Amino acid sequence: MSKATSTAAMQAPATYGIMAEFTDSSALIHAAEHLRDAGYTKVEAYTPIPVHGLDVAIGHKPSRLPWLVLAGGLTGSSGLFAFMTWVNLVDYPMNIGGRPHFSWPAFIPITFEGMVLFSALAAVFGLFLICGFPRPYHPVFNAPGFERATTDGFFLCIETSDPLYDAAKAKSILTGLGATAVNEFSE
Amino acid sequence: MQSSKQLKPPVTETYDSLLAPGQSLNSVTTKISDIVLFPVLKTPVGWIIGFVAAGLLLMLYLYSLATLFTVGIGIWGINIPVAWGFDIINFVWWIGIGHAGTLISAILLLFRQDWRTSINRAAEAMTIFAVACAGIYPLIHTGRPWLDYWFLPYPSTLGMWPQFRSPLEWDVFAISTYATVSVLFWFVGLVPDLATLRDRSTSPIAKTLYGLASLGWRGAAKHWQRYEVASLLLAGLSTPLVLSVHSIISFDFAVAQLPGWHVTVFPPYFVAGAVYCGFAMVIVLMIPIRKWFGLQGLITMKHFDVMSKVMLASGMIVTYGYFGEIFYAWYSSSIYEYYLIVNRFTGPYAWSYWSLILFNVLIPQVLWSKKLRQNLPVLFFVSMAINVGMWFERWVIIVLSLHRDFLPSSWASYTPTFYDWSTYIGSFGLFFVLFLLFIRFIPMIAIFEVRDLVHKTTAHTADHEESGHAGA
Repeated sequence: MSKATSTAAMQAPATYGIMAEFTDSSALIHAAEHLRDAGYTKVEAYTPIPVHGLDVAIGHKPSRLPWLVLAGGLTGSSGLFAFMTWVNLVDYPMNIGGRPHFSWPAFIPITFEGMVLFSALAAVFGLFLICGFPRPYHPVFNAPGFERATTDGFFLCIETSDPLYDAAKAKSILTGLGATAVNEFSE
Repeated sequence: MQSSKQLKPPVTETYDSLLAPGQSLNSVTTKISDIVLFPVLKTPVGWIIGFVAAGLLLMLYLYSLATLFTVGIGIWGINIPVAWGFDIINFVWWIGIGHAGTLISAILLLFRQDWRTSINRAAEAMTIFAVACAGIYPLIHTGRPWLDYWFLPYPSTLGMWPQFRSPLEWDVFAISTYATVSVLFWFVGLVPDLATLRDRSTSPIAKTLYGLASLGWRGAAKHWQRYEVASLLLAGLSTPLVLSVHSIISFDFAVAQLPGWHVTVFPPYFVAGAVYCGFAMVIVLMIPIRKWFGLQGLITMKHFDVMSKVMLASGMIVTYGYFGEIFYAWYSSSIYEYYLIVNRFTGPYAWSYWSLILFNVLIPQVLWSKKLRQNLPVLFFVSMAINVGMWFERWVIIVLSLHRDFLPSSWASYTPTFYDWSTYIGSFGLFFVLFLLFIRFIPMIAIFEVRDLVHKTTAHTADHEESGHAGA
């Protein structure tokens, strides 16, 4: 790392993207659809409530989380069932009044609880993993007025990494789509 | 209810809607987060008094537990044949209370019931704290609680495993899974609201703490989509879980051969009783809270109306169970089952059976009246009666069944001691300390879900207005 680059980095942090604020969710969805159709790929919306259809409007793929949860559930249920079977048949078989060692109906409650426990753990930690949490800092927090994204602000961001990124053009498109404020912000 | 002496504006109650009119995303967010976001030194006196009172009860609880650990369970009134007393009664009672929270947050989410929105957060908190209170009882009733890890299947030098065919071992898995999943579900629900608090708080300490707890939530569309998938999956998992937990607890009794326990109806009967008691507890907590914090615009009379109806319905299922017990005592032709009912009606503890009928069957019938359902003092009284009644139900099931089993030579009686009572009353200290901390530092209403409800309702109104204009 040369001295010149570090000084440059200190002087002017790189621009992360351009953030537009909208007054409601329908304007935001409309804008997101417009950007997607115009070929923008590095676009993300930030909203105070879950807006249905927004992920499709932006072009996000459906989540793979349900598969992760299914895998968790299968691991928990089959793992515990196999474990109880092994304990009662192999490791410590006990003859209680001639009853069968493989008394599988009695294993069902714990098998079920194991399914629920491992699925829930997979759902929650899978969600955190997919979202990249915990991540206390993110460049979008630098966008002016962004603290309203958790109250009543509807935001749309085009990142500089987008091949079509051009600040002036993006600004005019977003203003044309009804944005009340458009600002470039840095990392 | 507002006296004219107070300077506060009179409260207008909303009866037909889940939200008072004229709310916006900003107004509901401010309203709920302002309850939490103010300096610690400006905490209201009422909260401090409540916290000190709850803290004293918690001290009583810790004293009772310390005595229990040093002296042993001989300090309780239990003996043979009544080897389960207050410990298991309170365990079942507390965990039943917890179930309403999961029902509201999970089952009503699956059924897309909007009325859950304003009450689910507090009800889930109630679940977690009630499960904490409940979970302690089976741990301390073992006699040597420092060996409780023997419950868990781990490769030990003893070379033995727990008995996986026993309902008591199923309990270990059911309760620990229930506690874990409830906490996870609650925390996931909290993340967007903690981010709201992070963005609204002015104190750097609060900002840092809420910032860390909110994991960096920023409301990205991608995250919301994944978040909703995860919430739905967790709701789908919690629904059978909550039914399984109380079913498994009922197996603790139903699998035994004792008259009064050995019945197949126990799982649904226990689950209905849990819902009954849990909703009563939600109402008992919500009536004062909405008044103290001025939340009449968010928790409306319609919420209470719907909750009363759920209570009435589950109460009727429980009542059906009581009649069922009488019926099959006669129909079974078993003298032991028959004597059980005679003993309940006329035996030494008949007062507790008739109290149960009074509190759980007779008093709640007032809920048929819409006028009385919407009278909060009456509703509060009825809900308290149900909480007491459900406690008596567990007393009747446990003590009355145990103290008269098959052979008269093994009959005995049970009287709770001071430590039975102090361990029970003290557990309220634990519950209320946790609950007061919760309402002080965490938004007691799910802010983002209320915002969603506001957004949905205002969007509808806007549509109507537009179509009205178009028509004109």
